[in-house]
Amino acid sequence: MIPEIGHFSLILALLVALALGTFPIIGAASGNAVWMGLARPLARTQFLLIAIAFACLAYAFASMDYSVAYVATNSNSKLPIQFRIAAVWGGHEGSLLLWAMILSIWTVAVSIFSKHLPDDMRARILGVMGLISVGFLLFMLMVSNPFERLIPAALDGRDLNPLLQDPGMIFHPPMLYMGYVGFSVAFAFAIAALLGGQLDAAWARWSRPWTTMAWVFLTLGIMGGSNWAYYELGWGGWWFWDAVENASFMPWLVGTALIHSLAVTEKRGSFKAWTVLLAICAFSLSLLGTFLVRSGVLTSVHAFATDPRRGLFILVFLVVVIGGSLALFAWRAPTVGRGGKFAVVSRESFLLANNVLLAVAAFSVLLGTLYPLFLDALSFGKISVGPPYFDTVFVPLMTPALFLMGIGPIARWKNSSLPELAMRLRWAFGVSVATALILPVLLGHWTPMIGLGLFLAFWIFANSVNLVYQRLRGTEQPLFSRITSIPRSWWGMVIAHLGIAVFALGVTIVKGFESEIAVRMLPGEVAHLAGYDFTFKGVEEIQGPNYTASRGQLLVTKNGAVRTTLSSEKRLYTVQNMPMTEAGISPAIIHDLYASLGEPLEDGAWSVRIYYKPMVEWIWFGCLMMGLGGLLAISDRRYRMRKRLAKEADLKLNEALV
Amino acid sequence: MKRFLLPLVIFLVMVGFLFVGLNLDPREVPSPLVGKPAPQFSLPRLDNPEQVFSGNDMLGKVWLLNVWASWCGACKEEHPLLVSLAKTGFVPLVGMDYKDTRDEAQQWLVQGGNPYMTTVIDVDGRVGINYGVYGVPETYVIDKKGIIAYKKTGPITMQSLREVIVPLVKKLQAE
Repeated sequence: MIPEIGHFSLILALLVALALGTFPIIGAASGNAVWMGLARPLARTQFLLIAIAFACLAYAFASMDYSVAYVATNSNSKLPIQFRIAAVWGGHEGSLLLWAMILSIWTVAVSIFSKHLPDDMRARILGVMGLISVGFLLFMLMVSNPFERLIPAALDGRDLNPLLQDPGMIFHPPMLYMGYVGFSVAFAFAIAALLGGQLDAAWARWSRPWTTMAWVFLTLGIMGGSNWAYYELGWGGWWFWDAVENASFMPWLVGTALIHSLAVTEKRGSFKAWTVLLAICAFSLSLLGTFLVRSGVLTSVHAFATDPRRGLFILVFLVVVIGGSLALFAWRAPTVGRGGKFAVVSRESFLLANNVLLAVAAFSVLLGTLYPLFLDALSFGKISVGPPYFDTVFVPLMTPALFLMGIGPIARWKNSSLPELAMRLRWAFGVSVATALILPVLLGHWTPMIGLGLFLAFWIFANSVNLVYQRLRGTEQPLFSRITSIPRSWWGMVIAHLGIAVFALGVTIVKGFESEIAVRMLPGEVAHLAGYDFTFKGVEEIQGPNYTASRGQLLVTKNGAVRTTLSSEKRLYTVQNMPMTEAGISPAIIHDLYASLGEPLEDGAWSVRIYYKPMVEWIWFGCLMMGLGGLLAISDRRYRMRKRLAKEADLKLNEALV
Repeated sequence: MKRFLLPLVIFLVMVGFLFVGLNLDPREVPSPLVGKPAPQFSLPRLDNPEQVFSGNDMLGKVWLLNVWASWCGACKEEHPLLVSLAKTGFVPLVGMDYKDTRDEAQQWLVQGGNPYMTTVIDVDGRVGINYGVYGVPETYVIDKKGIIAYKKTGPITMQSLREVIVPLVKKLQAE
């Protein structure tokens, strides 16, 4: 009964989404205030209905209802309850439901925090989001119904993919989806602006906090995924240029470009058409990413063939959304003015250059991700272009991007002069060149790549410090009030940029100075790596809720003093008969020690891999700083002030009317 | 107006390719190198960088050149098959380790077994360019005169081995 309620709610939600996608948009075109006014209640009803469907599916998982096909394929009676709930988004159908759910949350959020928007603008934005929702709900109801019954019911479920049975997996997909789907708001703003012909600074100002919010979620989501890969895959890597990772990285790159381009559009009125195009691209890549990851195309193009309706629906949907919005762009964008003029040496130019670099980077990732798929579709078989492709493409693109990132915030808007810039940059340049030359030698060895990485990290760092110093000095005010008198969005920018520096530093150090050994170890034997001694304490068998495991312990000592114990497990998930490695990690600011248990060998010996990962945690700390910077920017006073002013205006109006 | 149409046009071209791609008759597109002499190479050996191995060393024999890398997932798929093939001694296999690091490649061979008579390492992929390597893995069948008789893109499967490669090698060996 409960699954049928969920199914029925989804059907009702589709009808509501259809209404949301038509009436307010038509109302905005014809000036019908009643139809425009429908947007808000419809958005809220839609959210309620999808939430009911979501709750029904979660209930089916919690109560182990194996008469629901989706539950039977993604759960098991021995699966612990927290993973049973997370299994709601562990497969194709459920993750689509999560997508629709999150879209409806963003839609409601827009309906709540859009009181300051003109009525027609708000109606169009909510309408566009309703249309996107129609696509997803239709897709679910037609070819991917999570509530489909399995008759006769299965006795027990086939279990959740063991890779996903990890605490990180409970939070990672919703975070990532909040980011993906969040770009739908920026997209809806752009489409609404195109429809209404109001591409102005006000549009950019409204759309900025939403875009930044989505970007923050995406940043943290990618960080979670990378961290998960690090400790769950047992290879000690943190980024694999895997198609699933690329699918989240492409919208991030374009989204980053979008945030900066929106800043120019708001402050200077330039780049309007380009900003709209980026908003369309960011969301299109999010859509593409969702389908790439969730349609099964990645595991094999032939998944298209197993259910051709699914593949066809996805293609048609992508063509309608992306093609439709690009056609609208081609039709309406030419009417947009060109905005303020700027000189070759100006902040606008630097931001534009960085935008282009980010967009090209996203495009090259797209190429490297889709090209093997095309070849597979052409029956060439599965091949991999792998890290060599991405490394060769990425380093030359990111080097100038990071270099310009140091200059951008220092350059003046509209017109800056090179000699003056050089004066302001020489200090940072000297510091970063010196660091790049000296630090690697102190640490052990110098290579061009380590030098380049350190130069870029310290270039950004030194320029940010210089920027803060220049801004804070000079006045008589006490330091604290000087800090607080600067807008939070400025601090957000500085912290996010410092996050990039921290990230680049972590990547450079771990790539340049990591080391690993793979050894055959008998209990009591000692391995040596990076000045540490690892004593193998042997392996014990353990019984988990739905797996059996061999847990190997390594006692870590340095000069005889005990530092820590690494415990790594080799698990066998019994239902799917799938082996998994749980790495044993001792994380620290300076370096991680990382061990993963390999295969049992003869005579009770085991193969063990031990990694020394200097400063690897800085990679994720850098991402956290970027996220924090984004949050600070959103909390900027001008956004709150506008709300307060709007409220005061409302009050005054009410008083006047009474 | 025209430049604003550009994104739409690019997108439609991509969709067109995708559509054609998905509907194409699944047939191997022949490599332009088939029937031509295999490009010359002399590369350092993986196990001993002091020694150089050249394709000419194989003249007079039918042999397989297998392009692989330790970072390549699909290579893991075909690897066990290559190991079994090598055990039969039916045809010599030469490995070309493509854009890889020596340590990781050697680690890989230790873990998965080494089916290769010799492995050379093509660190920067220069030789790979001459061969027109699309990606990894790829396998070439080269005859006694050093002419490429067949090219397989993607992992070797039991089916492709039984139906194409083994009969072809037998025929070439008889020549």
